[in-house]
Amino acid sequence: MKLKKNIATSESGFIFNPATGDSFSANPLAADILARAKDGLDPVAIKADILERYDVAPGQLEKDWDDLLAQLREFNLLD
Amino acid sequence: MKLPYERPTLRKLTAGALNKFGPRAGARAVTALDGVAVDELVARFGSPLFVLSERQLRRSYQAAVRAFGTRYPQVQLAWSYKTNYLNAVCRTFHQEGAWAEVVSGMELEKALLNGVPGPHILFNGPGKRRADLERACAVDAVIHLDHADELHLLLDVAAGRPQRPRVALRVNLDAGIVPQWDRFGFNLENGEAWQALGRIVAPGRLELVGLHCHIGTYILQTAAYATAAAKLAALALRCERELNTSIQYLDLGGGFPSTNTLKGAYLPASDTVPSLDEYAEAITGALLGAGFRSGELPVLVLEAGRALVDDAGSLIGTVLANKRLADGRRATILDFGVNLLFTSFWYDHHISPTREFSNQTEPTVLYGPLCMNIDMLRESIALPLLAPGHHVLVHKVGAYNLSQWQQFINLRPNVVLIDQTAQVHLIRAAETLEYLQQLEQVPAHLR
Amino acid sequence: MPLPAARPRLTVAVTGLNATDSPGPGVAVIRALRESPDFDLRIIGLSYEALEPGIYLRELVDRTYQLPYPSAGTAALLERLRYVREQEDVAVLIPNFDAELYNFIKLAPELRALGIQTFLPTLAQLEARDKLNLPAFGAAHGLRVPPGRLLHAVAEVAGAAEALGWPLVLKGRYYDAAVVHSLAQAEQAFLRLSGLWGVPLIAQQYVAGQEINIAGLGDGHGRALSAVPMRKLTITDKGKAWAGITLEDEALLALARRFAEATRWRGGFELEIMRTPGDELFIMEINPRFPAWIYLTAAAGQNQPAALLRLALGLPVPLMDGYAVGKMFVRYAWDLITDHTQFQQAAALGEL
Repeated sequence: MKLKKNIATSESGFIFNPATGDSFSANPLAADILARAKDGLDPVAIKADILERYDVAPGQLEKDWDDLLAQLREFNLLD
Repeated sequence: MKLPYERPTLRKLTAGALNKFGPRAGARAVTALDGVAVDELVARFGSPLFVLSERQLRRSYQAAVRAFGTRYPQVQLAWSYKTNYLNAVCRTFHQEGAWAEVVSGMELEKALLNGVPGPHILFNGPGKRRADLERACAVDAVIHLDHADELHLLLDVAAGRPQRPRVALRVNLDAGIVPQWDRFGFNLENGEAWQALGRIVAPGRLELVGLHCHIGTYILQTAAYATAAAKLAALALRCERELNTSIQYLDLGGGFPSTNTLKGAYLPASDTVPSLDEYAEAITGALLGAGFRSGELPVLVLEAGRALVDDAGSLIGTVLANKRLADGRRATILDFGVNLLFTSFWYDHHISPTREFSNQTEPTVLYGPLCMNIDMLRESIALPLLAPGHHVLVHKVGAYNLSQWQQFINLRPNVVLIDQTAQVHLIRAAETLEYLQQLEQVPAHLR
Repeated sequence: MPLPAARPRLTVAVTGLNATDSPGPGVAVIRALRESPDFDLRIIGLSYEALEPGIYLRELVDRTYQLPYPSAGTAALLERLRYVREQEDVAVLIPNFDAELYNFIKLAPELRALGIQTFLPTLAQLEARDKLNLPAFGAAHGLRVPPGRLLHAVAEVAGAAEALGWPLVLKGRYYDAAVVHSLAQAEQAFLRLSGLWGVPLIAQQYVAGQEINIAGLGDGHGRALSAVPMRKLTITDKGKAWAGITLEDEALLALARRFAEATRWRGGFELEIMRTPGDELFIMEINPRFPAWIYLTAAAGQNQPAALLRLALGLPVPLMDGYAVGKMFVRYAWDLITDHTQFQQAAALGEL
């Protein structure tokens, strides 16, 4: 998962794509993931941490992770 | 203790309306029905599951009786059988005092088996056969005549009988409703109804006891009922005057809406549907002012169905899967579809989660489990971030679904009744393949 | 106009911030309220969409909260207004949008219990002036309206034309209209309008003449406390006034007074009038709220929104007499500058 470089994320979960002018709102977990991805954290590490902290099965997380990627692609936020 | 998980999701911000308003979002969770936890119901009876509330059935019935009975001296409700076929439901209403309104030979037998005396059965419908008429005569049900062919068939049937069959005439009329329902009964304005009344009374072989009119279904204009009542009353007075026949009852039909919102309606039905009191006021006001001599008011009969039963029914279901459509929309597949929720073709049913979620919602297309393109329950609904295994609750599904449900792709599930002491009773067991196939016969060469 | 130095503080909520090319009246109402000599106002904007210009007019609107669409119903609206009331000391709420009035009128008692006053027509008044009921309304109150009838099927067009004559005006159930001169045209227009807006359609006798609008304020007891007539000088392609001028004409004022008296109208209203060459006045449409050009009434000396605010608070409002004739408005477009962070706040959180 490689976010476009110029994507702006805010602490309150807002995402702004300066190339298209689109704004997005992320729910807390998505905002957390994006912030850490921006910091260059590896997806494996992010997922491991989520499994550690949240009440979710690994299979479910994998599925939702794929769905998040699909959304990021749909919204043109990935490199 | 781990944190509660909800899947990560993004929402594109548009100029349009919010699907999230600050502190609260979407439908509130409903965790129990009449004091019984939804999770417990699913654990005991599976999913999907229809749940009927006896308390609500009785409450709706009593509210209807009160609305009309406090305004008019003699009121009789006739439970419209086709609205819900479950005997436990029918019997609840009969216990409360309802007569039966039936529209086929099958329904007539069903009412008799439920212990309704023949004279308390009103037999409507455009498709009565000779055998149906003979049976109705035998049990002294009141036959509501729908067309001239039926009238002549009944005159024929009556010829061989010791007792005159009791009949009412179904009339259709212009009550200001568009389109006018003119396919049932005899038209008032063009004189057809009056002609038929002459045909009923003159030969002396039938006993005319009532006039019936049902102006339509889900009629929101109470004034239309007042118009229909006034016209029917005028016709009754004319029968007395010119045919020397006093009409014992006027049946104003049903058609009273529930608070389910019709697809395409701008405002939710809970804001726009008149109360039963407003209908009662319109109808009884017209009858009381029609010019009947005091003490000679006809009995007012109402064929209530939807208004009595819709609110009492709920459908519990389960999320089977979530997926994303090609255009990015979220889709959720439930374990019930249009096979069980026939009314989703015309209502935007209210659907709630059955446990608490965060305020995040996502617009979702709701599909049923059928491998069939028409199986869509809602084109777009804001629901919390449901995951497979989570339950949902569809409200106000008591009318028509439990008579129009289909054995299509899936079998029909359990139906339970929660009684007034919160005891849960199975009132129709989930179907089995054996049940589905028991009437089939496979020719020898295919065995 | 110089305003008194120390005015009591008051918070007022206003809807209809969509000051677009088919404008809602909210921004004009707020501008007029700001000139109230009685109160130092905090204005709460209530919006439906995140790009309603009024949201970003920060010098006019102190804070905006987004409302659920009217189609979400009264329960959702009340819940949202309860939340707004917890944040803001709203004393009066002024709705300005046709489609929302039904809900606000229904909720008036609940709002009062929250300490929020309104000054609105009754549901019966709202219903009676509906386009569909206009002929009956005219007949009931002795007010001249164009003869018309409702059409449910294309087959009824010919009969309507026979009764009403050519040309004929066909109006959509909610919006849109066509003037037709032949049966073929009429049937085509029927199919187009019924396809867009459903049935019934309204067939109306064509009335030629000069279009005039009257903005008024009824006290609910039969008096028009204010009435200011205006003629549109230019209109947009949507038929909205882009410039207009106040008129002096006793007959127009008398008509507005008669309307308020006959209906006991409560709140703001706009009469759309046609004055025929023979000087007959027909009421073409009745809007149950202030028009988007309402600031002109304040500019001409009869500040109707400020007067409505007093009525909502139960304060006396004297009959307003005299206004500047020949006062004009010329509407203009102006590009507000804001930032994506503001839009995000409005679009995601429904508050700005």
